[in-house]
Amino acid sequence: MLNFFFHSQISLGLAQAAVAAIAAFVIVLLARRRGIHLGKEIIVAMVRGLVQIVAVGSILLVLLRSPRWTSGFLLAAMILAAGATSARRAKGVPGAFPVSTWAIAFGAGSVIALMTWLGVIDTAITSLVPVGSMLIANAMNTNGLTLNRFRSEVLSHVGEIESALALGADARNSVAPYVQASFEASLIPAIDSLRSLGIVWIPGLMAGMLLSGSRPVYAAVYQFVVLAMIFAASGLTSLVSTWMIRTRVFTPAEQLLLQPGR
Amino acid sequence: MTTSPDSVLLRAERLGRVVGDKTLVADATFELRKGEVLGLSGPSGAGKSSLLRLLNRLDEPTSGTVYLEGVDYRQLAPRDLRRKVGMVTQRPYLFPGTVEDNLQFGPAQRGEKLSEPVGQLLARVGLPGYGTRNVANLSGGEAQRVSFARTLANSPLILLLDEPTSALDEAAKLEVESVIQQVVRNQSLTCIVVTHDNAQAFRLADRALVLEKGRIVRSGAVREVLHA
Repeated sequence: MLNFFFHSQISLGLAQAAVAAIAAFVIVLLARRRGIHLGKEIIVAMVRGLVQIVAVGSILLVLLRSPRWTSGFLLAAMILAAGATSARRAKGVPGAFPVSTWAIAFGAGSVIALMTWLGVIDTAITSLVPVGSMLIANAMNTNGLTLNRFRSEVLSHVGEIESALALGADARNSVAPYVQASFEASLIPAIDSLRSLGIVWIPGLMAGMLLSGSRPVYAAVYQFVVLAMIFAASGLTSLVSTWMIRTRVFTPAEQLLLQPGR
Repeated sequence: MTTSPDSVLLRAERLGRVVGDKTLVADATFELRKGEVLGLSGPSGAGKSSLLRLLNRLDEPTSGTVYLEGVDYRQLAPRDLRRKVGMVTQRPYLFPGTVEDNLQFGPAQRGEKLSEPVGQLLARVGLPGYGTRNVANLSGGEAQRVSFARTLANSPLILLLDEPTSALDEAAKLEVESVIQQVVRNQSLTCIVVTHDNAQAFRLADRALVLEKGRIVRSGAVREVLHA
């Protein structure tokens, strides 16, 4: 229907964005009626997301003509931004930003590097940057979930953790059950994405490949490849993140820093 | 009870903890001798539990220190210190699993096994045959007795009891207190018991310290101090 009113690609894109935003605002209003106030966070996130993606689209225009090595800088900048974004999900957790950045850099970075070296990801900037960004974005989400869950688990089990410490457990052992719970919970979205692939959803990359004329079987297989890489990057990120964060909530004398109300 | 300087197990020296602008404990100086039961009394918010947490270094003192058998406790590895200065909290906080799993937790941290059979340890706290029970099915009083046994399983030099009966109903409270009294007296354990119940302090302690606003305001024989 929008095609009927908007003829240029830019105006059509803006109209589509406005319609999608209205759908999101309806959810905000419905949530508000139930006493859940998401308004400010959603508006900020949507405006930010739109500005960022338009900015990246513009940068990509320039980058498409740049040498291949520039994609490394772009991916590194994305990792830094991802580290800062997911660290916000771990309010009060000491060292959340460096932990997030290292975890995403190691988790997503090593999968991108290995897969590019093996030839699974093409070194062309038009391939490396979008696929790399998908891995980084998913690693960021997983890391945010990991830290957020870890924080909640620790805050709701302060008594158990301090009892373990009081019985002579070291810091790592005292939080081991909560590290495991955080790791498992953080991978639920990635596992569900793999499990429901093709049945519940056809991801954007595959749709794009089909639209651009790729053979359906190759598009399908490559989509699986991307999701498997996402799972590997997310899993590695969560492993590194939990490995790094588990001792940061303690002082050197193994006293729990993260306490309700502190 | 001996009174020679050699028998001093623990000495707190000008111990204090300030968080932000709030003084939780100030200038606490006292000694604990081998086989002695020391009561910590005072109104809610006086700093009794805060002082106890400083003694096994669950919290860091902002001033002063503690000497355990003459050694500044900052020189000890925290996990060794906490094994030696065991703690029973107000609520039992048992780990998921069986009673036996909980009793083995402390020794397992050092790669050791229980120094006495599980049955014997449970008999000491009046729970014979409870080893295979799931902790999720225990009553409040039973759970607190398991928590007490779990701390005893570490063979501590000193036991810190942080209002161990305050979260229990009247019947369970008497039951747990009687078990504690029996074990402590029979084995001449060295203890510090936090309580806001003077009658309980009379029953359990030899000496008492009274805290107000984080400071020790009275100390001495339990009858003299708590009647003052």
